[in-house]
Amino acid sequence: MTERVAATPGIYPLPDWAKGTLSDLKGHQKGDLLSGDEGGEIAEAYDEVRTEFVDDQIEAGLDRVVEGQGRWDDMIAHPLTIHDDVETGGIVRYYDNNNFYRDPRVVGELDFSGDVADELESARALLEEAGSGDAPLAATLPGPYSLAELATDEHYGDDDEFRAAIAEFLAGELEAFPAHETLFLLEPSLVTNPPADGTEERATDAIATVADATDADVVVQTFYGALDEKLYAHLVDEAGADALGLDLVAGDREDTVYNVQEYGSTDSLALGLVDGQNTLVEEPETIAERVEWFEGQVLAADFETTYLTPNTELFYLPENKYRAKLSALAAATEVLE
Amino acid sequence: MVRNPAANRDQFRPTDHPNDAFLLTTVVGSYPKPKWLNRADELVEDPDSKFDESDLAEAHDDACRLITHEHERAGLDTVVDGEMRRNEMVEFFAERIDGYEFNGPVKVWGHNYFDKPSVVEEVSYDEPWLVDEFAFTTNVAERPVKVPITGPYTLGFWAFNEAYPSTEELVYDLADLVNEEVEKLVEAGARYIQIDEPALATTPEDHAIVGEALDRIVSGIDEDVRIGLHVCYGDYSRIYPEINDYPIDEFDVELCNGDYEQIPTFTDPEFAPDLALGVVDAHTAEIEPVEEIKENIRQGLRVVPPEKLTISPDCGLKLLPREIAYGKTENMVTAAREVETEIDAGEIDLDAPLADD
Repeated sequence: MTERVAATPGIYPLPDWAKGTLSDLKGHQKGDLLSGDEGGEIAEAYDEVRTEFVDDQIEAGLDRVVEGQGRWDDMIAHPLTIHDDVETGGIVRYYDNNNFYRDPRVVGELDFSGDVADELESARALLEEAGSGDAPLAATLPGPYSLAELATDEHYGDDDEFRAAIAEFLAGELEAFPAHETLFLLEPSLVTNPPADGTEERATDAIATVADATDADVVVQTFYGALDEKLYAHLVDEAGADALGLDLVAGDREDTVYNVQEYGSTDSLALGLVDGQNTLVEEPETIAERVEWFEGQVLAADFETTYLTPNTELFYLPENKYRAKLSALAAATEVLE
Repeated sequence: MVRNPAANRDQFRPTDHPNDAFLLTTVVGSYPKPKWLNRADELVEDPDSKFDESDLAEAHDDACRLITHEHERAGLDTVVDGEMRRNEMVEFFAERIDGYEFNGPVKVWGHNYFDKPSVVEEVSYDEPWLVDEFAFTTNVAERPVKVPITGPYTLGFWAFNEAYPSTEELVYDLADLVNEEVEKLVEAGARYIQIDEPALATTPEDHAIVGEALDRIVSGIDEDVRIGLHVCYGDYSRIYPEINDYPIDEFDVELCNGDYEQIPTFTDPEFAPDLALGVVDAHTAEIEPVEEIKENIRQGLRVVPPEKLTISPDCGLKLLPREIAYGKTENMVTAAREVETEIDAGEIDLDAPLADD
């Protein structure tokens, strides 16, 4: 019997009050964004944001709770842009969106930071305070392939070495995380800028390095469309993932169905069912139908777990719609029961 | 197919223009708001304040009059009110078009947000968007007034599309509404319309959608009306020479910012519409000296002859300190007039305009 789990990979939109407060406290310019050593009122504001994010998820009834990543000014590039041996260059475009992040220029050895682990400790504490100490925590990290694609190497001097260093860095961060049930590794670049044919191990080796560093279930969340079929097959077998996350909103979902039919799948799958980039809120019944449609197409090879997720991060949305999407996901698992 | 810019350009030439050559000087649109206007915008939101909507309307009128006259004082041949009444280029129109709703701000980058609207039903035309604004400005102006309008591609792709099967279909519906608005503006006397499509710079592969939208926008618009298209900084080679087929009179580009590295893109094949060339940088807070701007103008002469060259800043100037915006505009006009004199005197080789004489 497949377990259905409502979860999100995080990177939520700041509440509107925090958009105002934090831009007043920090400023609007490139140099005003986080470097990871903030304190005082800024840190307090983020604590409050984190509390709201955790409450939002408990209230919605999600099966996994993420920290929400309110501090991630640079979206999935965050673990690098706050690193001591990374300088931030110009503002560059974040994938095919009208969003931008600071170009992380890696200028030294990527040693341990602990920034994300600290966030998760705080989230863990909030869950305990809320009396939901047993609610499973989900951690979020950029996948090493995407993070290497988003960054600029000014230290290692070799693409393979750079990617391996990023994977080792993320694995080191992960080892310091508090206990977590699930890890989301966000890998949009596998869709938008995949490794060349025959070099799939560039992605799978790096991901496996990170996946090996946790006992949690690892979801490799891909988005902005369907994976190339050959890369898909390599990811299923070689990335050490418990679940691949597949985008059923953007791009051609028939290609995704074909990949699963043709090459099988990881033991579990995460389905990107809710549009993280559109304010139209899906009905729980619609989401449930999409799950059943997909499982029917692939002749329900019995997945251990089907994760019901948004296809992307949720920061693209206004606050009210982000909350509505959390509720819709949680309600969809009830429809399926 | 390009429109007929020669059929409408002369109406913008002032009767007392001092030179034979005429480089039409203009602005892209937005201009720094006086500080008191920003305060007034806040004050009207304050429940404890007696300052109300009618006071704000008066403040907007005052600001439009002020900036229109500031443009005239700088010597521009065509002027804009500096978009004093507008908050943001998508929001302003989405508030006026039925079918949009607002849910709150979304992140662009860092702590910069935008109240990205959602299209929740078929868009439709209700009240005119800009006719009152145009009527006011043209009434206080002594020079012809240009009207910038955010284009349908940007209005469509910089919104959430909840209602249309594809955003392309939304864009075409919006283009029909823009056409209706342009017709009303023309009835009210407008002769210079600029369509702003910054979204095309980030998705140049969609140039055909913009072309189809422009066909709809200019449908039934006489050739004595000048239609410009402004696309700010991007890789113009991705949309050139395709823009030569657009039904426009003028294509307005931001090239000063990139030090004119992209000028050769426009030299082959021959540039079809008039070129509106950005000759001062909208993102640097230093006023370019006249001599430097004159060199920039010569870059434009590599692409088109003087009778097809329009001179403007790279983009809207609203993010600059006001005195810097004024200084840039004034120097820009001075530079244009000096280049005209040099052309009249035969001091510029129009076949090799960068060559020293």
